[in-house]
Amino acid sequence: MSIKFSEDHEWVELKGDDLVVIGITDFAQEQLGDLVYVELPEVGDECSRGENISVIESVKAASDLIAPVSGTIIEVNSRLEDEPELVTEDSMGEGWFIKVKLSNTSELDDLMDESAYNSFTEE
Amino acid sequence: MSIDKKIRTTSLYQMHLDAGAKMVPFAGYEMPVSYPLGIKKEHIHTREKAGLFDVSHMGQIRLVGKNAKRALESLVPVDIIDLPLMKLRYALFTNKDGGVMDDLMVTSLGDEDLFLVVNAACKEADFEHLLNTIGVECKVEFLEDVALLALQGPKAHEVLAEIAPSTSEMTFMTAKQLVINGIDCFITRSGYTGEDGFEISLLAKDAEELAKLLLSNEEVEWVGLGARDSLRLEAGLSLYGHELDNDHSPVESSLNWALSKVRRTGGEREGNYLGDNIIMSHLNEGTESKVVGLQPEGRMPVRDGALIEDELGNEAGQVTSGGFGPSINRPIAIARIKKNYIENQSKLFALVRDKKIAVEIVKLPFIKQNYYRG
Repeated sequence: MSIKFSEDHEWVELKGDDLVVIGITDFAQEQLGDLVYVELPEVGDECSRGENISVIESVKAASDLIAPVSGTIIEVNSRLEDEPELVTEDSMGEGWFIKVKLSNTSELDDLMDESAYNSFTEE
Repeated sequence: MSIDKKIRTTSLYQMHLDAGAKMVPFAGYEMPVSYPLGIKKEHIHTREKAGLFDVSHMGQIRLVGKNAKRALESLVPVDIIDLPLMKLRYALFTNKDGGVMDDLMVTSLGDEDLFLVVNAACKEADFEHLLNTIGVECKVEFLEDVALLALQGPKAHEVLAEIAPSTSEMTFMTAKQLVINGIDCFITRSGYTGEDGFEISLLAKDAEELAKLLLSNEEVEWVGLGARDSLRLEAGLSLYGHELDNDHSPVESSLNWALSKVRRTGGEREGNYLGDNIIMSHLNEGTESKVVGLQPEGRMPVRDGALIEDELGNEAGQVTSGGFGPSINRPIAIARIKKNYIENQSKLFALVRDKKIAVEIVKLPFIKQNYYRG
């Protein structure tokens, strides 16, 4: 499996040449606590790396989902609108956020692999 | 992470760490914001069973002396002189402009002896204020090396009665001094969750033993400051620095109920506290704004500081506390809103990240308060 990680605690799974699924890591959801609301972008929106594309609200606070790559949003996990707890229960699976068609696949090279991410979160 | 040397801990710090708490700095203390259960479940557990809170960061002050009651009355718009023995009353330290310096609980331990619990973030300023204003009239004693535990929820009375049977006779806003398992405890039937429950003041060195005893009951779970905030928000209870501050009078903060009749215009001991003229004029003539409950439409939380507008985009007010109510499973908020919008039941919107969220003005609290009045 080809899963990479960002410093903002997102996972990016490559599905084919230029298609990725993006979500937040278990580490991130544990830090956030119980989620109560997820605001998703619109299908068709363009996103560029580093930009806020989604808002994740826990009981305590709102946090941003920062685009780890640039491209076009081709699908969003609209189940999260009613069931934000999916992110808590299965952050790497059912709790995915968006699918993006990459505009610059070389951006993937800047992401971390799992072992690098694990040491990153241990710091 | 670097730890500020000045940051303080309560006597239960190690117990929180052992329980797996997530610790955060709060009012100069390292405090548990949540435990492994998580804010939502801790909140629900408190509403259904019993939650145990370490609130030892709060200030505990004693006023002793022949003039203690009269002296405290000069600082609060509340009847203290007639506060009966072992009864509690909610009070507010006002400033000369009629604003609120802090809110507090006052218990009468006798005609010459009062016990105060004040907010952690304000406790040094409160102590200074008391010393400077009434320090010559009575002894102002800041209690060091004490702890405060809150046991809250519908099962709290059963849990406490098992180890202290006489607490079951207590009613809301009364106090009792007793010994539990050899530990001296000062117990009040009060709290900050909207539920029945108790707050227990004791020596810091005894806190761990009592906490363990309470937690040995399977109905009891640790609950952190995160759930304490969502519980009080659902219960419509004011939080200092949010609904209450130095710039707004108690009337502007919708706390008219806390202003005793004898201290109001025409009352037996009217006025004679800081800012009395302004507060009494607010009471008699009304204010331009009030604190009200807001029900946002949909699921997106509307948080503290969000601006409230009318349909035309005119500013109508601002959210003072906002978040999510786990018991009612929807976002809720409290806001300071201009009076004409409240009276006209105007259609209002909260601005959240450039979106307009429709909000409805509603009565507080959001849940039914569940106090034991006998």
